[in-house]
Amino acid sequence: MDVVLELKGITKRFPGVVANDRVDLDLRRGEIHAVLGENGAGKSTIMKIVSGLYSPDEGTILLEGRPVRFAGPREAITAGIGMVHQHFMLIPVMTVAENIVLGREPARGLALDVRRAREDVRQLSARYGLEIDPDRLVGELSVGLQQRVEILKAFYRGANILILDEPTAMLTPQEARELFRIMRELARSGVSIFFISHKLDEVMEVADRVSVMRQGRRVATLPAAETSPEQLAELMVGRSVLLRVERGEHRPGEPVLAVEGLGRAARGGRAALADISFEVRAGEIFGLAGVEGNGQQELVEVLAGLLKPDRGTVRLGGVDVTGRSPRQLFEMGVAYIPPDRQAEGLVLDLTVAENLALKDYYRAPLARRGLIDVKRLAERARALVVEYDVRPANPAAVARTLSGGNQQKVILGREVSSSPRLLIAAQPTRGLDVGAIEFVHRRLLALRDSGAAVLLSSLELDEILSLADRIGVMYKGRLVAVLDADEATRERVGLLMTGATAAAPAGAGTAAAGAGAEEVRRP
Amino acid sequence: MNGSEIFNAQLWMTALSSATPLALAALGGTFSERTGVVNIAMEGMMLTGAFVAVLASATLHSAFLGLAAAILSGMLMAVLFAWGTIRYKADQVVVGMAINVLAAGLTGYLLNAIYGFTGTPPDTPRLPDVTIPGLAQMPGIGAVLGRADLLVYVMLLLVPLSHYFLFRTPLGLRMRAVGEHPQAADTAGIDVNRLRFLGVLISGALSGMAGAYISIGVLNAFNVNMTNGRGYIALAAMIFGNWKPVGAFLAAALFGLANALAINLQGLEGWHVSKDFVLMIPYALTILALAGIVRRTTPPAADGIPYEPGH
Repeated sequence: MDVVLELKGITKRFPGVVANDRVDLDLRRGEIHAVLGENGAGKSTIMKIVSGLYSPDEGTILLEGRPVRFAGPREAITAGIGMVHQHFMLIPVMTVAENIVLGREPARGLALDVRRAREDVRQLSARYGLEIDPDRLVGELSVGLQQRVEILKAFYRGANILILDEPTAMLTPQEARELFRIMRELARSGVSIFFISHKLDEVMEVADRVSVMRQGRRVATLPAAETSPEQLAELMVGRSVLLRVERGEHRPGEPVLAVEGLGRAARGGRAALADISFEVRAGEIFGLAGVEGNGQQELVEVLAGLLKPDRGTVRLGGVDVTGRSPRQLFEMGVAYIPPDRQAEGLVLDLTVAENLALKDYYRAPLARRGLIDVKRLAERARALVVEYDVRPANPAAVARTLSGGNQQKVILGREVSSSPRLLIAAQPTRGLDVGAIEFVHRRLLALRDSGAAVLLSSLELDEILSLADRIGVMYKGRLVAVLDADEATRERVGLLMTGATAAAPAGAGTAAAGAGAEEVRRP
Repeated sequence: MNGSEIFNAQLWMTALSSATPLALAALGGTFSERTGVVNIAMEGMMLTGAFVAVLASATLHSAFLGLAAAILSGMLMAVLFAWGTIRYKADQVVVGMAINVLAAGLTGYLLNAIYGFTGTPPDTPRLPDVTIPGLAQMPGIGAVLGRADLLVYVMLLLVPLSHYFLFRTPLGLRMRAVGEHPQAADTAGIDVNRLRFLGVLISGALSGMAGAYISIGVLNAFNVNMTNGRGYIALAAMIFGNWKPVGAFLAAALFGLANALAINLQGLEGWHVSKDFVLMIPYALTILALAGIVRRTTPPAADGIPYEPGH
């Protein structure tokens, strides 16, 4: 196979860091080449150099064997290199066609030739098998379809090299699968693809070759077929990583959380909940599985006191706590890790120490007579950053400056150190790299082993399968099944998540869920 | 005068005349804000234009050169505003206010320094009225639209032209893209700051023109703080018009009508409501509009946010 693009000895320095250190990388025609690395390993920097956003300090880029230098993204685009950013570069209030032709609009006299724009999009759509309606407003499209628009944008500009920057970060598992299918098809038709990711399973699934980056260097390039997730993880982190943390025996105690007949109508853009009943016991992790938008997050927020249910009761250690505020729940021993650590978990412009005190700043020992004891607050923060391995271990650092993994450790430190009876963890590892994921998993299991109840809501099915003692599956606002860990296979839970039982008649549903599944009452 | 006589030709003429500077500036503001620059400096640009129009018209004995100078002076203020907000990414409202204070001080000082206590020369040429043959003879509408100041017709022409430019041409699409999502425009190879500069420059030109209308269109004189907040009202009209040229024009027309009504109502027998209440109606409507009560307004998504590449 011939090489389309070759990077030789690329070095890029930023004040205080070498983001890329003599990186060699090559892309062959029609291949999917994954660039794998933890956050901060330099994989985004190298791709920004390829796409013309940064210029390298040293090294050369050979395109079809000829050296090139890009002064900006426009030149890279002209050379046939298209970048699909993780955060889409799309304008929601404009149509699909307008977004695609923007910057290279077909004109008729002075006016934009809307008809030709539409026609061009249709043709591209057909040629690459990426179906889309050119007249829809982008803001009305699903995330998966928006990504399709981004890819078409690159092709409209004549791209034959595609860079996909963490393309699955915002996708549902179904949309991700669809994207992989599209990627394979594009590669077959001769498009060469750089696929940036930190998810091992995705890389193993879709890539032809894998290059691993660590601390600015390319540490290895391997054919995907000749490697394993374990080997890749070790290359990424530089030490051996446990992809699956060992889970000790399940010794459930008394019920800590008991939910009975919980319901809430859909409103304010939030999904409905219907007749949900389950228990989480001391010393167990209850996993909540489901495709995004099936009510898991609404359920979690009801339990955290952020949403009020329309009916049903929530009991905590036998006490009815339905409708209590987050602070009241916190004082009763409920801790909550929200799914969006930057928007909900932290106040980004406050320090680590202040963020660690967000839940209990108002009471002893942190506050006395209405004033915060700054010394105590700092002392406790110093202990927590060490215990939770926050880097840098500086309580005075502003939360915004921390990496995603370290931000999550701050949240974990705040919530877990309050010794909760119940920890509600929503997407606790979203967007984290393997090292940080391992850390979070260990902490969740340690909490469980110390006798707390843990409710884990996650879109990563593998995470649920490896951590949870019991698994509840949500579909369209209902808890359609609760399975014990030893009877939950990937296939079975996956099937339940897509509503395989809920869509079928009641009798057939039981059969599909399989014997042993605790059938959940329906009205 | 009784109730039915309120809505006479004089009222509509006054309304159109009051609406003209508001509409011109509001159209300009639409260009600026569509590219993502909140232009509170229109007041200052307008005031500068009003003064420079008289200065040039009186000195060069030509109202048209006065108009041209007014437009250029508005653009000059726009360059200053753009330099602070686009080149140096300073807060747009703060720089805008600075421009307004600068314009008020500068025009007040120059008025006094050049013309002293006597004020601007009484023989300053003013912009000509234009008669539209045919239309002027038509009953009813002829009395309102048949004969008016040149800039009234320019304004009426600019409304559809601006709409066409913003919503039908590639450049208009790019300008709107820059105001909605500058990163997206940038990665599509569009020079974000250049288009923002263009938007602000168009705004300066139209604000300068609006100022000229006030000083040498309606009158042929300038006095201290002559624009009297019309730049802010134009800003409100643009917002009420939902950042669209036709909407901005209609909102300006509504404000103009309220102004004309307030003047006419003073002569109405048996009317005891203060004219201030009538004058208040458009502003009350604007506030309600902003609160989403009368209608929903949606500003450009990146309006007011300086663009930093790579973020």
